[in-house]
Amino acid sequence: MLILNCPYCGVDAEETELTAGGEAHIKRHGPGSSDDEFHDYLFMRENPKGVHFERWRHSNGCGKWFHAARCTATLEVFGTYSAQTTEPPKEIREAISAKRPGWKWREFE
Amino acid sequence: MKHYSAFAVAREALRYHTGWERAWRSPEPKKRYDVVIVGAGGHGLATAYYLGKNYGIQNVAVIEKGWLGGGNTGRNTTIIRSNYLQDPSAAIYEKARALYEDLSQELNYNLMFSPRGVMMLAQTQHEVRGYKRTAHANALQGVKTEWITPERVKELVPIINLHGPRYPVLGALWQERGGTARHDAVAWGYARACSNMGMDIIQKCEVTGVRRENGRVTGVETTKGAIECDKLGIVVAGHSGQLAEMAGFRLPVESLALQALVSEPIKPCMDVVVMANTVHGYMSQSDKGEMVIGGGTDGFNNYTQRGSFHHIEETVRALVETFPMISRLKMLRQWGGIVDMTGDRSPILSKTPLQGCFINCGWGTGGFKSIPGSGWGMAQLMATGHSPLTEAFSLDRFKEGRFIDESVAAGVAH
Repeated sequence: MLILNCPYCGVDAEETELTAGGEAHIKRHGPGSSDDEFHDYLFMRENPKGVHFERWRHSNGCGKWFHAARCTATLEVFGTYSAQTTEPPKEIREAISAKRPGWKWREFE
Repeated sequence: MKHYSAFAVAREALRYHTGWERAWRSPEPKKRYDVVIVGAGGHGLATAYYLGKNYGIQNVAVIEKGWLGGGNTGRNTTIIRSNYLQDPSAAIYEKARALYEDLSQELNYNLMFSPRGVMMLAQTQHEVRGYKRTAHANALQGVKTEWITPERVKELVPIINLHGPRYPVLGALWQERGGTARHDAVAWGYARACSNMGMDIIQKCEVTGVRRENGRVTGVETTKGAIECDKLGIVVAGHSGQLAEMAGFRLPVESLALQALVSEPIKPCMDVVVMANTVHGYMSQSDKGEMVIGGGTDGFNNYTQRGSFHHIEETVRALVETFPMISRLKMLRQWGGIVDMTGDRSPILSKTPLQGCFINCGWGTGGFKSIPGSGWGMAQLMATGHSPLTEAFSLDRFKEGRFIDESVAAGVAH
């Protein structure tokens, strides 16, 4: 069972307390964007077999959204972090590098 | 290939079954094929089979990372139905269902197709309206389904509890010619027929790269060396994203784990397939007597072929309310498969940005039932460049806003 630490209330929440919110750090496209940009924004998703960044909500807990870095091939959790950021923080990226040298996800590595 | 028949069984019985031959050859790959299909599951093998049968393209290799039919073909709950709301879905699923009817005879392989009837329970007013609408749509599409009353439901499924406190049964959508088939046999039957046409099925051979020249596919790199080809078909379900990346394009799919489980075998108690979409559970009884149960997908990306326990708990809890007699059944096995989900929960059968490369993926939770239809359409697309069956399922439908929105139509995974 997946257990994520909620960075807001500090609780180690298991899956039934959480709701998965899909890929993290997606850039919003608004009026004036091209068809391709809308297409990618709405439908294209990273689907890595390995390191992945996701949004989660502590829905049956404090109710806050947060981010998690996880491996989709082993279900290992590298860490969770605040929702108030547009990219994975340095300590999370270093934690991943320690375990998965050479990882890459979108423009991050 | 020796013909399977009652006479053959009698003949072999007399000589201690020493005369059976292997159902398909396991050759080493040749340097070059006209068509290479990646993925020897049901869809890949069916594609190869119809390429050979309908279009005479028999210089074909089917490459498989693991073993034949070892992915989702061997992990599903074997349900076959075609009661879809949208026209393109109904067309391809009904084509598949119709092909299943006499596929055992055609392949000379017993697929144990059992058109026992598929019942989709309506347990909310919303579902009642939805299924009545589907029944009318099916009438227009030429798919034989009907709306049935709770009394008829009870007649067909005596073990059901119509008046559950949370999930009363208000009626059902009934497809009499839906049912089940032996899932492994579908892969095995197609494999035997493909091998018999001279196609090479290469197992334990992983594709590690796609060779490209001037925007056109020229072959694949594999763990058994490079293989050249004119056309490449990618039919790998959960790992479509990986293969697409090798071929240099992206797909609007995400891979999730879908689980199923079976109980200990019990005496025959239910001779139809029952699906309860409000509670995300479905159940049928196998020929061995096991109750075969399926549920919903997990909400997050996962490649581990095992899912979360609480989903099983939710599925079983709801089914126990609808079928009180299963409450003390022991569950024997539980497993997961990796399903590739698209935004509109409909598959992608399409040309790709790479010339000569075709993709068949995104079947999500509905792949098994569609195998013959998907293979038929995919073969037509690969051989002729166009297929009326697959036209609506092209990759560019997302950009053009032409969704085949079964996620809204069904309201759940389907």
